[in-house]
Amino acid sequence: MCLAIPALIKSIEGKEAEVEIGGIGRRASLWLTPEAKVGDYVLLHTGYAINIVDQEEAEETLRLLEEMAKLAEEEESEIH
Amino acid sequence: MKFIDEYRRSELAQGVVHRIHRNSTKSARLMEFCGGHTVTILKHGIRQLLPPTIEMLSGPGCPVCVTDNADLDKAIALAQIPGVILTTFGDMLKVPGSRSSLQKVKADGADVRIVYSTMDALQIARGNPDKRVVFLGIGFETTAPTIAASVLQAEQEGISNYYALSLHKLCPPVIKALLDSGEVRLDGLICPGHVSAIIGSRPWEFIARDYGLPCVVSGFEPLDVLQCVDMLVAQIENGRSEVEIAYRRGVRPEGNRQALEIMEQVFETCPAQWRGMGLVAHSGLRFKAEFERFDAEIAFEINPGPVVEPKGCICGDILRGVNTPQDCQLFAKVCTPESPVGPCMVSSEGSCAAYYLYGAAGE
Repeated sequence: MCLAIPALIKSIEGKEAEVEIGGIGRRASLWLTPEAKVGDYVLLHTGYAINIVDQEEAEETLRLLEEMAKLAEEEESEIH
Repeated sequence: MKFIDEYRRSELAQGVVHRIHRNSTKSARLMEFCGGHTVTILKHGIRQLLPPTIEMLSGPGCPVCVTDNADLDKAIALAQIPGVILTTFGDMLKVPGSRSSLQKVKADGADVRIVYSTMDALQIARGNPDKRVVFLGIGFETTAPTIAASVLQAEQEGISNYYALSLHKLCPPVIKALLDSGEVRLDGLICPGHVSAIIGSRPWEFIARDYGLPCVVSGFEPLDVLQCVDMLVAQIENGRSEVEIAYRRGVRPEGNRQALEIMEQVFETCPAQWRGMGLVAHSGLRFKAEFERFDAEIAFEINPGPVVEPKGCICGDILRGVNTPQDCQLFAKVCTPESPVGPCMVSSEGSCAAYYLYGAAGE
């Protein structure tokens, strides 16, 4: 029930936004994230943006995971 | 889709899995509180990827599942009051109460409508001024602010035929109750990502501090969960117990202040009944006095009749982590998603439904 998916804000009118999820358009309420801007990704839960996705943190996490994968590969090749 | 597909890359998963295998030496029982995490773990076969030192246990984090029969009966009775349109999220429809379900009373003529959002419920209220529209408020901290926002919006617009039945529940108090019961031994907690998107990571700090239990907030993609397990293993191996966030793109330590303010403007905490857990102090939300006129419990005379619990169903024990779905004699025989006996088989994120759908992965 606590499912929330990242949606891209395309336009904003008052407290409502047009968002896009995988190419599909939807309306979203910005009551809980009034600071959201066009171009932000928000976590969309039951029609409400419950948070703005922190894109820098998202990239940092991926960078960390990529580093782990590289290290693991190096360790594997040392063993074999 | 952006921010989803990247966190499903199998070559990256291999790196984290390698690390977990290398670092994990102590036996570790980890509970995923949230039903959404149970689904990710079973659907992506994460249990099979983990070393034998790690045991995964499903927790009570499924709002539909923890709603007790007395509250379900109330919702079902509300739907049968003439002139009422009961609006609800779809996963409540098939949940059996003591004698009926919303689906059954709908078939018998009650006006029960599935909505995707409280915004839809408000729209129904605007379009049916001669009816009284009730939203069935089920959910945790993720969802409660959206119901609070709909109440504020109704007030702003002067929509006078909109009500909510507040059966909302709060997560940190129930984890405390679970740990205080001493029934389940845990070495680490996978904290719910979207509850924490609202409340932040700080409300979990007492668990790390007072119970010495490592806590890591996780997202819902397979790489998120693996990264979370890796962080928990690191804490367990080093003898640390702290609150960390694996899901940094979605969760900040302070949470979403605006959402918390809206929730606190409309609701206040109260004791709540949890299936399997009983009455838990400060774990529910009720309307504050100034918003009483939106409270369906006050606006309607609801007579649900005596509560009857389903015979043989052990959903309560499963929600506490004391038993698994396979321990239930009804599982996959009498109780199936098509004909569920208990709520854990109804909700898509209920443990029983997830076990049924994805097999008893990793057992």
